[in-house]
Amino acid sequence: MNELALHLLDIAENSVAAHARTVQLSVVEDTRADRLKLSVADDGKGMTAEKVAHLADPFVTSRTTRKVGLGIPLLKAAAEACHGYLTVDSIPGRGTTLEAEFQRSHIDRMPLGDVAGTVLTLVVGWPEVHWIFRYRVDDQEFLFDDQPIKEELGDMPLCEPEILAFLRQSLAEGVASLHTNPDSMSLELSF
Amino acid sequence: MPVVKSLEDLRRLKQEALEKRQARTTTGRVQVTVAMGTCGIAAGARETMKAILEYIESNQISGVVVTQTGCIGKCDYEPIVEVVIASGEKTSYGKINPDRARRIMKDHVGDGKPITEWLLPA
Repeated sequence: MNELALHLLDIAENSVAAHARTVQLSVVEDTRADRLKLSVADDGKGMTAEKVAHLADPFVTSRTTRKVGLGIPLLKAAAEACHGYLTVDSIPGRGTTLEAEFQRSHIDRMPLGDVAGTVLTLVVGWPEVHWIFRYRVDDQEFLFDDQPIKEELGDMPLCEPEILAFLRQSLAEGVASLHTNPDSMSLELSF
Repeated sequence: MPVVKSLEDLRRLKQEALEKRQARTTTGRVQVTVAMGTCGIAAGARETMKAILEYIESNQISGVVVTQTGCIGKCDYEPIVEVVIASGEKTSYGKINPDRARRIMKDHVGDGKPITEWLLPA
Protein backbone atom coordinates (compact mmCIF):
# COMPACT_ATOMS: atom_id res chain seq x y z
CA MET A 1 0.00 0.00 0.00
CA ASN A 2 1.65 3.17 -1.20
CA GLU A 3 -0.76 5.85 0.05
CA LEU A 4 -1.54 6.88 3.61
CA ALA A 5 -5.15 7.13 2.47
CA LEU A 6 -5.16 3.38 1.74
CA HIS A 7 -3.89 2.68 5.26
CA LEU A 8 -6.61 4.94 6.61
CA LEU A 9 -9.16 2.86 4.68
CA ASP A 10 -7.66 -0.37 5.99
CA ILE A 11 -7.72 0.78 9.64
CA ALA A 12 -11.30 2.07 9.22
CA GLU A 13 -12.31 -1.38 7.93
CA ASN A 14 -11.07 -2.80 11.25
CA SER A 15 -13.43 -0.42 13.05
CA VAL A 16 -16.34 -1.65 10.95
CA ALA A 17 -15.34 -5.26 11.69
CA ALA A 18 -15.38 -4.33 15.40
CA HIS A 19 -19.06 -3.31 15.00
CA ALA A 20 -18.43 0.42 15.42
CA ARG A 21 -21.48 2.65 15.01
CA THR A 22 -19.50 5.88 14.79
CA VAL A 23 -16.02 6.17 13.31
CA GLN A 24 -13.99 9.38 13.39
CA LEU A 25 -11.19 9.64 10.85
CA SER A 26 -8.69 12.41 10.99
CA VAL A 27 -5.65 13.59 9.10
CA VAL A 28 -3.72 16.45 10.70
CA GLU A 29 -0.78 18.11 9.01
CA ASP A 30 1.30 20.49 11.07
CA THR A 31 3.73 22.11 8.68
CA ARG A 32 5.46 24.13 11.44
CA ALA A 33 6.20 21.12 13.61
CA ASP A 34 6.71 19.03 10.44
CA ARG A 35 4.37 16.27 11.58
CA LEU A 36 1.55 14.39 9.89
CA LYS A 37 -0.86 12.36 12.00
CA LEU A 38 -3.57 9.91 11.00
CA SER A 39 -6.11 8.75 13.52
CA VAL A 40 -9.12 6.49 13.57
CA ALA A 41 -11.34 6.48 16.66
CA ASP A 42 -14.29 4.12 16.95
CA ASP A 43 -16.91 3.00 19.44
CA GLY A 44 -16.60 -0.65 18.47
CA LYS A 45 -16.11 -3.65 20.71
CA GLY A 46 -12.56 -2.75 21.71
CA MET A 47 -9.72 -5.05 22.71
CA THR A 48 -8.04 -6.25 25.87
CA ALA A 49 -4.61 -4.86 26.80
CA GLU A 50 -3.10 -8.22 25.94
CA LYS A 51 -4.51 -8.12 22.44
CA VAL A 52 -3.37 -4.53 21.93
CA ALA A 53 0.16 -5.54 22.99
CA HIS A 54 0.29 -8.10 20.21
CA LEU A 55 -1.23 -5.97 17.47
CA ALA A 56 2.04 -5.27 15.71
CA ASP A 57 2.68 -8.99 15.41
CA PRO A 58 1.51 -10.11 11.98
CA PHE A 59 0.74 -13.56 13.32
CA VAL A 60 -1.89 -12.22 15.69
CA THR A 61 -5.10 -11.39 13.89
CA SER A 62 -8.81 -11.50 14.58
CA ARG A 63 -9.51 -12.58 11.05
CA THR A 64 -10.77 -16.10 10.62
CA THR A 65 -10.08 -16.40 6.92
CA ARG A 66 -6.29 -16.41 7.20
CA LYS A 67 -3.77 -16.61 10.03
CA VAL A 68 -1.76 -13.48 9.16
CA GLY A 69 -2.87 -9.87 9.69
CA LEU A 70 -0.73 -7.29 7.98
CA GLY A 71 -2.58 -4.00 8.12
CA ILE A 72 -1.34 -2.59 11.42
CA PRO A 73 2.22 -4.02 11.27
CA LEU A 74 2.72 -2.40 7.84
CA LEU A 75 1.51 1.00 9.01
CA LYS A 76 3.57 0.81 12.21
CA ALA A 77 6.72 0.00 10.24
CA ALA A 78 6.00 2.86 7.82
CA ALA A 79 5.53 5.37 10.68
CA GLU A 80 8.64 4.24 12.53
CA ALA A 81 10.70 4.51 9.35
CA CYS A 82 9.74 8.21 9.26
CA HIS A 83 10.65 9.27 12.82
CA GLY A 84 7.11 8.50 13.86
CA TYR A 85 5.12 6.00 15.86
CA LEU A 86 1.87 4.08 15.99
CA THR A 87 -0.22 3.79 19.13
CA VAL A 88 -3.42 1.94 19.88
CA ASP A 89 -5.65 2.68 22.87
CA SER A 90 -8.54 0.38 23.44
CA ILE A 91 -11.12 -0.36 26.10
CA PRO A 92 -13.15 -3.54 25.75
CA GLY A 93 -16.78 -2.65 25.14
CA ARG A 94 -15.99 1.02 24.58
CA GLY A 95 -13.89 1.33 21.46
CA THR A 96 -10.46 1.77 19.96
CA THR A 97 -8.34 4.73 18.91
CA LEU A 98 -5.38 4.25 16.62
CA GLU A 99 -2.88 7.01 15.86
CA ALA A 100 0.00 6.95 13.43
CA GLU A 101 2.36 9.89 13.24
CA PHE A 102 5.07 10.67 10.70
CA GLN A 103 7.70 13.30 10.13
CA ARG A 104 5.85 15.12 7.37
CA SER A 105 8.88 15.98 5.25
CA HIS A 106 10.60 12.62 5.65
CA ILE A 107 11.83 11.32 2.31
CA ASP A 108 10.27 7.91 2.96
CA ARG A 109 6.92 9.28 4.07
CA MET A 110 4.23 7.88 1.82
CA PRO A 111 2.10 10.45 0.01
CA LEU A 112 -1.28 11.10 1.54
CA GLY A 113 -2.94 9.96 -1.68
CA ASP A 114 -6.64 10.00 -2.45
CA VAL A 115 -8.09 10.62 0.98
CA ALA A 116 -11.35 11.94 -0.52
CA GLY A 117 -11.73 8.63 -2.40
CA THR A 118 -11.11 6.69 0.79
CA VAL A 119 -13.82 8.58 2.68
CA LEU A 120 -16.27 8.34 -0.24
CA THR A 121 -15.95 4.56 -0.46
CA LEU A 122 -16.41 4.21 3.32
CA VAL A 123 -19.45 6.50 3.51
CA VAL A 124 -21.18 4.78 0.58
CA GLY A 125 -19.95 1.27 1.32
CA TRP A 126 -20.97 1.14 4.99
CA PRO A 127 -24.10 3.31 5.10
CA GLU A 128 -25.16 2.09 8.54
CA VAL A 129 -21.99 3.53 10.11
CA HIS A 130 -21.85 7.20 11.10
CA TRP A 131 -18.67 8.62 9.53
CA ILE A 132 -16.92 11.78 10.63
CA PHE A 133 -13.86 12.93 8.71
CA ARG A 134 -11.65 15.80 9.78
CA TYR A 135 -8.77 17.08 7.68
CA ARG A 136 -6.60 19.77 9.15
CA VAL A 137 -3.61 21.61 7.72
CA ASP A 138 -2.21 24.03 10.30
CA ASP A 139 -5.05 26.41 11.19
CA GLN A 140 -7.43 25.36 8.45
CA GLU A 141 -9.88 22.53 8.81
CA PHE A 142 -12.32 20.64 6.62
CA LEU A 143 -14.94 18.69 8.52
CA PHE A 144 -17.23 16.16 6.85
CA ASP A 145 -19.97 14.55 8.91
CA ASP A 146 -22.35 12.25 7.05
CA GLN A 147 -25.12 12.41 9.67
CA PRO A 148 -26.85 15.62 8.46
CA ILE A 149 -26.61 14.32 4.89
CA LYS A 150 -28.30 11.03 5.76
CA GLU A 151 -30.99 12.85 7.75
CA GLU A 152 -31.70 15.09 4.77
CA LEU A 153 -31.86 12.13 2.40
CA GLY A 154 -34.24 10.06 4.50
CA ASP A 155 -34.78 6.78 2.68
CA MET A 156 -33.05 7.82 -0.52
CA PRO A 157 -29.95 5.65 -0.97
CA LEU A 158 -26.49 7.24 -1.14
CA CYS A 159 -25.85 5.45 -4.45
CA GLU A 160 -28.26 7.56 -6.51
CA PRO A 161 -26.16 9.35 -9.16
CA GLU A 162 -27.02 12.89 -7.98
CA ILE A 163 -26.16 12.02 -4.39
CA LEU A 164 -22.91 10.32 -5.39
CA ALA A 165 -21.95 13.45 -7.30
CA PHE A 166 -22.70 15.57 -4.24
CA LEU A 167 -20.64 13.37 -1.93
CA ARG A 168 -17.72 13.04 -4.33
CA GLN A 169 -17.56 16.76 -5.05
CA SER A 170 -17.99 17.80 -1.40
CA LEU A 171 -15.11 15.60 -0.33
CA ALA A 172 -12.83 16.44 -3.24
CA GLU A 173 -13.40 20.19 -2.90
CA GLY A 174 -13.04 20.11 0.89
CA VAL A 175 -9.74 18.26 0.77
CA ALA A 176 -8.40 20.31 -2.15
CA SER A 177 -9.33 23.60 -0.45
CA LEU A 178 -6.68 23.08 2.21
CA HIS A 179 -3.95 22.71 -0.36
CA THR A 180 -4.34 26.00 -2.15
CA ASN A 181 -2.19 27.44 0.61
CA PRO A 182 1.26 27.88 -0.96
CA ASP A 183 2.92 27.45 2.44
CA SER A 184 1.74 23.88 2.73
CA MET A 185 4.16 22.49 0.23
CA SER A 186 2.60 19.25 -0.89
CA LEU A 187 3.89 17.60 -3.98
CA GLU A 188 1.79 14.54 -3.34
CA LEU A 189 -1.48 16.33 -3.83
CA SER A 190 -1.70 16.27 -7.56
CA PHE A 191 -4.51 13.72 -7.58
CA MET B 1 -12.77 27.94 6.32
CA PRO B 2 -13.30 26.14 3.05
CA VAL B 3 -16.62 26.58 1.35
CA VAL B 4 -18.26 23.20 1.18
CA LYS B 5 -21.34 22.20 -0.71
CA SER B 6 -24.32 22.95 1.46
CA LEU B 7 -27.28 20.93 2.60
CA GLU B 8 -29.39 23.18 0.39
CA ASP B 9 -27.50 21.85 -2.62
CA LEU B 10 -28.23 18.38 -1.33
CA ARG B 11 -31.95 19.13 -0.91
CA ARG B 12 -32.12 20.32 -4.53
CA LEU B 13 -30.20 17.28 -5.77
CA LYS B 14 -32.46 14.95 -3.83
CA GLN B 15 -35.47 16.56 -5.50
CA GLU B 16 -33.83 16.16 -8.91
CA ALA B 17 -33.09 12.55 -8.16
CA LEU B 18 -36.68 11.91 -7.12
CA GLU B 19 -38.03 13.47 -10.32
CA LYS B 20 -35.56 11.75 -12.61
CA ARG B 21 -36.17 8.40 -10.99
CA GLN B 22 -39.63 8.34 -12.56
CA ALA B 23 -38.33 9.00 -16.06
CA ARG B 24 -35.12 7.01 -15.83
CA THR B 25 -34.93 3.36 -16.66
CA THR B 26 -34.10 1.81 -13.35
CA THR B 27 -32.24 -1.45 -13.28
CA GLY B 28 -34.38 -2.88 -10.51
CA ARG B 29 -32.82 -3.81 -7.21
CA VAL B 30 -29.14 -4.51 -7.77
CA GLN B 31 -26.62 -5.10 -5.03
CA VAL B 32 -22.92 -4.71 -5.89
CA THR B 33 -20.44 -5.58 -3.15
CA VAL B 34 -16.71 -4.86 -3.15
CA ALA B 35 -14.46 -6.83 -0.76
CA MET B 36 -12.34 -4.34 1.19
CA GLY B 37 -10.11 -6.36 3.49
CA THR B 38 -6.39 -5.54 3.71
CA CYS B 39 -5.82 -7.95 0.82
CA GLY B 40 -8.49 -6.28 -1.32
CA ILE B 41 -7.22 -2.77 -0.58
CA ALA B 42 -3.64 -3.76 -1.38
CA ALA B 43 -4.84 -5.24 -4.68
CA GLY B 44 -6.66 -2.03 -5.67
CA ALA B 45 -10.23 -2.53 -4.40
CA ARG B 46 -10.70 1.16 -3.62
CA GLU B 47 -10.04 2.07 -7.27
CA THR B 48 -12.43 -0.69 -8.34
CA MET B 49 -15.16 0.69 -6.09
CA LYS B 50 -14.50 4.26 -7.26
CA ALA B 51 -14.84 3.09 -10.88
CA ILE B 52 -18.23 1.52 -10.06
CA LEU B 53 -19.46 4.69 -8.34
CA GLU B 54 -18.21 6.84 -11.21
CA TYR B 55 -19.99 4.59 -13.69
CA ILE B 56 -23.26 5.02 -11.79
CA GLU B 57 -22.74 8.76 -11.65
CA SER B 58 -21.77 9.31 -15.27
CA ASN B 59 -24.37 6.95 -16.71
CA GLN B 60 -27.11 8.19 -14.33
CA ILE B 61 -28.08 4.73 -13.14
CA SER B 62 -30.69 4.44 -10.45
CA GLY B 63 -31.43 1.54 -8.13
CA VAL B 64 -27.94 0.05 -7.69
CA VAL B 65 -26.68 -0.23 -4.13
CA VAL B 66 -22.91 -0.50 -3.79
CA THR B 67 -21.59 -1.67 -0.44
CA GLN B 68 -18.46 -3.22 1.00
CA THR B 69 -17.60 -6.40 2.77
CA GLY B 70 -14.43 -7.63 4.48
CA CYS B 71 -12.01 -10.28 3.28
CA ILE B 72 -13.87 -13.35 2.06
CA GLY B 73 -10.83 -15.64 2.15
CA LYS B 74 -9.88 -15.73 -1.52
CA CYS B 75 -7.14 -13.15 -1.27
CA ASP B 76 -5.39 -14.38 -4.44
CA TYR B 77 -8.37 -13.23 -6.47
CA GLU B 78 -8.72 -9.71 -5.06
CA PRO B 79 -10.18 -7.30 -5.92
CA ILE B 80 -13.40 -9.30 -5.64
CA VAL B 81 -16.79 -7.93 -6.70
CA GLU B 82 -20.14 -9.62 -6.10
CA VAL B 83 -23.33 -8.86 -8.00
CA VAL B 84 -26.85 -9.80 -6.95
CA ILE B 85 -29.76 -8.81 -9.20
CA ALA B 86 -33.22 -8.71 -7.61
CA SER B 87 -33.42 -11.78 -5.38
CA GLY B 88 -31.31 -13.88 -7.72
CA GLU B 89 -28.13 -15.77 -7.01
CA LYS B 90 -24.88 -14.07 -6.09
CA THR B 91 -22.27 -13.85 -8.87
CA SER B 92 -18.68 -13.45 -7.63
CA TYR B 93 -15.96 -12.03 -9.84
CA GLY B 94 -12.20 -12.10 -9.19
CA LYS B 95 -9.31 -9.81 -10.16
CA ILE B 96 -11.61 -6.92 -11.00
CA ASN B 97 -9.68 -3.79 -11.89
CA PRO B 98 -11.49 -0.53 -12.78
CA ASP B 99 -11.79 -1.48 -16.49
CA ARG B 100 -13.33 -4.84 -15.66
CA ALA B 101 -15.61 -3.20 -13.09
CA ARG B 102 -16.99 -0.89 -15.79
CA ARG B 103 -17.57 -3.89 -18.07
CA ILE B 104 -19.46 -5.68 -15.27
CA MET B 105 -21.60 -2.60 -14.72
CA LYS B 106 -22.40 -2.38 -18.43
CA ASP B 107 -22.84 -6.06 -19.38
CA HIS B 108 -24.06 -7.70 -16.18
CA VAL B 109 -25.82 -4.95 -14.22
CA GLY B 110 -27.01 -3.07 -17.32
CA ASP B 111 -27.77 -5.86 -19.81
CA GLY B 112 -28.15 -8.84 -17.47
CA LYS B 113 -25.29 -10.77 -19.10
CA PRO B 114 -22.76 -12.13 -16.60
CA ILE B 115 -19.13 -12.27 -17.79
CA THR B 116 -18.21 -15.91 -17.34
CA GLU B 117 -14.45 -15.66 -17.85
CA TRP B 118 -13.98 -13.51 -14.73
CA LEU B 119 -16.02 -15.65 -12.36
CA LEU B 120 -14.34 -16.73 -9.14
CA PRO B 121 -13.55 -20.44 -9.21
CA ALA B 122 -15.96 -22.29 -6.93
